[in-house]
Amino acid sequence: MAVVYEKTKGLTDVELHYCPGCNHGIIQKLVAEVLEEMGMLDTAIAVCPVGCSVFAYKYFSVDTLQAAHGRAPAVATGIKRCRPTQPVFTYQGDGDLASIGTGEIVHAAMRGEKFTTIFINNAIYGMTGGQMAPTTLIGQKTTTSQGGRTAEQAGMPIRMAEMLATLDGCVYAERVCVADIPNINKAKRAIKKAFEKQMNNEGFTFIEVLSTCPTNWGMTPIQAVQWMKDNMIPYYPLGVIKEKAMEV
Amino acid sequence: MKKEIIISGFGGQGGLAIGKNLVEAGMAEGLFVTWAPSYGPEMRGGTANCSVVLSDKPVGSPVFNHPTELIALNEPSLEKFEAGVLPGGVVFINSDVVTDKVSREDLKAIYVPCSKIAEEVGNPKVGNMVMLGAYVAQTKVLKPETIEHMIEEMFAGPKAKFIPLNIEAFRRGMACVE
Amino acid sequence: MEKELWKGNEAIAEAALRAGCDCYFGYPITPQSEVPEYMSAHMPKYGKVFVQAESELAAINMVYGAGGAGLRAMTSSSSPGISLQQEGITYLAGAEVPCVIVNCMRGGPGLGTIQPGQSDYYQCTRGGGNGDYRTLVLAPSNIQETVDCIQEAFDIADQYRNPVMVVMDGLIGQMMEPIEWKPYKKRELAPKDWAATGRYGREEHNIINSLYIDPELCDVHNKHLAEKYALIEKNEVRWECIDCDDAEVIITAYGTPARIALTALENLRAQGIKVGLFRPITLWPFPEKALHDLVGNDNVKVILDVELSSTGQMIDDIRLAVEGRKPIRYLGHAGGVMPTVEEICETAINALKEVK
Repeated sequence: MAVVYEKTKGLTDVELHYCPGCNHGIIQKLVAEVLEEMGMLDTAIAVCPVGCSVFAYKYFSVDTLQAAHGRAPAVATGIKRCRPTQPVFTYQGDGDLASIGTGEIVHAAMRGEKFTTIFINNAIYGMTGGQMAPTTLIGQKTTTSQGGRTAEQAGMPIRMAEMLATLDGCVYAERVCVADIPNINKAKRAIKKAFEKQMNNEGFTFIEVLSTCPTNWGMTPIQAVQWMKDNMIPYYPLGVIKEKAMEV
Repeated sequence: MKKEIIISGFGGQGGLAIGKNLVEAGMAEGLFVTWAPSYGPEMRGGTANCSVVLSDKPVGSPVFNHPTELIALNEPSLEKFEAGVLPGGVVFINSDVVTDKVSREDLKAIYVPCSKIAEEVGNPKVGNMVMLGAYVAQTKVLKPETIEHMIEEMFAGPKAKFIPLNIEAFRRGMACVE
Repeated sequence: MEKELWKGNEAIAEAALRAGCDCYFGYPITPQSEVPEYMSAHMPKYGKVFVQAESELAAINMVYGAGGAGLRAMTSSSSPGISLQQEGITYLAGAEVPCVIVNCMRGGPGLGTIQPGQSDYYQCTRGGGNGDYRTLVLAPSNIQETVDCIQEAFDIADQYRNPVMVVMDGLIGQMMEPIEWKPYKKRELAPKDWAATGRYGREEHNIINSLYIDPELCDVHNKHLAEKYALIEKNEVRWECIDCDDAEVIITAYGTPARIALTALENLRAQGIKVGLFRPITLWPFPEKALHDLVGNDNVKVILDVELSSTGQMIDDIRLAVEGRKPIRYLGHAGGVMPTVEEICETAINALKEVK
């Protein structure tokens, strides 16, 4: 019988713990497929965050470090500087990257650290049970913004891809989502491009993936996808935010 | 033999360098030496100072309140440290900067016109070497040849033209002490 | 071997290079900034990695990354910066990542002073981070010993897969002394087959991790760590006794205060007063048994602890070792004020009078 689909070797056989409708599984699969397709499963080193994807070290089949909350970009800096020929990436959520770890991500991007960051933005804290994130939308109800986020109380949501794109060390920033097949394909192409640029030593590469959290949003998976499209994409526009031409 | 020396002056006057020269020469002669920068409350009041120990035994404390000798390059230094000098100790004073005299009668005071001699020798920067000469001549803990050899090494290569100048300054400093 | 004159902080950096330190991550803070300065100038020459991190927090996490990827990694800082690194240190301990951390201590609390201090004793030996963990803490008292400690610290860290701290008060970092570069006999070390180096054909992927969400697994992990700490306590404890055999007063001190105490001891002995010096070289593991046994001698009448700390911190470990059998007196200053030789002599004489 002809093989039409095979699970990527970039993932282990450990069962994912993610909630139904969560996008982490799809995104991790895309990263793993890219690593496999680029022949990097033997050389890649992953850095996993604190948050829902804290167990990603069990899922990726590459060597992995589990970092303290927000510190993955510093950990990745330590690895990549010492192992400059190997692919290194961080996989971080919005609480990890856009809140507690803003210092680390901004300075890693500023220094043009040659690793790739996959940033999962689902506008909420998942693992701790649905608290407000820096990326939570205005009016969005969470357990720490029960009447809906207000700009007066919490400021406006942060657009990390745009912010990091202002730094010269960041050579590539793209925002994608995995809400449907065309977007999943686009997301994979973006991830692959980021790793290619990393392996070309171009600089810091950043992929923001808009994601859903049906459990903490209080929705069905299908409602969550629709809500993401209707509410998140208008505030967090998809597409290439920055692509610096390679210097010859 | 154990010398505990405080060298103190304005930052930039070269007091720390005199200290460094002393420990380098001491080390060359096989002595146990330490050099410690100013610490604690001594940091206040516009002086930069260092504590130097030259000893024929391993050095315990690198810091002390009662030096055997004080080298005072400015007035605040004399004011601050004179009282602490061990009875019978020696105070070396840059008399071109410090107009006050040593007030204690149980101390020997040596007034060295460092700046004037340095200018006569031809370079105002060699005032430190003048003071070093006075210290070596008075205390006799280090051989003059050791210092002169050290000067030759310090200015080896392209800076060799500074050697005669520094040696001259050092010898003129020695001559300040009868 | 010829002696060379070195400033403490620069000697630390050079010693680390000679010990095969692959990478250094740090952030400027007085009084240890000469370490990153020296590293920035010299590491690239040897193809080694220097990064000035955006904070001590980032620096310790870079150490975690590099150490976890199998490299000899180091950072250095001074007290407030070490406070900031506590998060990273507990992760390093939990994930069993070896590294060397130098703490050139200054006075606190808070911003405190840039002058020498020893008030990080608790932070270093008890762990300022969360969880049951220990870092091996070496506390040299002169530059030669510092250099020797730094070189060995990397081996100890690798042998036990544990962070090793080298702590000294800021004076040791700032002073100059002659040292010899002794040939260092490296320990026999197992290959780092646990490190996240990239799989390179390895069947299983290596994971550097301190998360054990299953309570039983977390318990097992903690037991494993506790066994390791017991082994370190057995193998690595170090101290020095000077003139303790017939001593009636035992002065306990480490770092610069131990040197000041040594001069005081010479003065007191010259007066016929029987004083000894007990100097812990490892603060953790603390030389508890050695002090316990020493204090048991009938001739010992009183213990005088001297620290650069207003309240005393090591004194807690001394109390544990003394077990209430002999009186303990304390002399300490903070803020960079050094206990003087005269003060130590006077306190020792008075302490002896009181108990006799």
